[in-house]
Amino acid sequence: MFEIGLNHYLVLSALVFSLGVLCMATKRNAIGILIGVELVLNSANINLVAFSKYSAGAADGHIFAVFVILLAAAEAAIAIAIFMNFYSALRTIDVDRGDELRN
Amino acid sequence: MDAVAFYIFAAVVLASAVGVVVSKNIVRTAVCLLGTLGGVACLYFLLDANLLAAIQLIVYAGGTLILIVFGVMLTSQSPWVGFKPTRGQAVVATIVALLLAVGIITLTTTADWRPSAEGPLAASPKVADVGNSLLTTYLAPFEVASVLLLVVMIGAAYLARTEK
Repeated sequence: MFEIGLNHYLVLSALVFSLGVLCMATKRNAIGILIGVELVLNSANINLVAFSKYSAGAADGHIFAVFVILLAAAEAAIAIAIFMNFYSALRTIDVDRGDELRN
Repeated sequence: MDAVAFYIFAAVVLASAVGVVVSKNIVRTAVCLLGTLGGVACLYFLLDANLLAAIQLIVYAGGTLILIVFGVMLTSQSPWVGFKPTRGQAVVATIVALLLAVGIITLTTTADWRPSAEGPLAASPKVADVGNSLLTTYLAPFEVASVLLLVVMIGAAYLARTEK
């Protein structure tokens, strides 16, 4: 209980992952969905770093986590740009109306 | 001491993740995300990943979150615009998320992680180790990532331009 091991981090990461999936499923605001994706990516990063410390000991996990953070930043930039087009076309970013984006 | 710190930071991460999910106001959602990102950065410090914690705070909390907040400001008529899911959707999503959580927790905690799930085996990698393998073993992904960032920069500027 007072000795923190790999399992503690795995449980925390699983909970954050599930909350991220729940956020993606329940938000209808497109930016809310993007925030859910960020939660999921963070849970993956917790796992990578925890495994790096508790199981491998090499720098590999840290480097994967750096790439995940990089991809998350890139994904957020592109997604926000798309949402701005979405907004200028429909005056809303309700994803349920996303199918109206077709010409 | 480590255990107390872990539980505090884990509580911060989980509480703000729950806040992200339940808050109806999208601005509050973004602020709760800041709490999650900061808590995860503190967990990185606990895991001896100092470089990663700094990157998390600078790139995620400083860059991505600001981008999201700007996105919120540019795309809502008022900050209180909330789109609620129907009750049925919310119930189904909660059940699926609960099943996912239970499944992942049972799977990962009962799995036999080799070499050990009990304690840190080797010394944690230092910042110099991360930098060294980033420029030797992982040089190709590093270069691909830099090209990707360039493509993303151009692509985002192209997509977000005003058509006039």
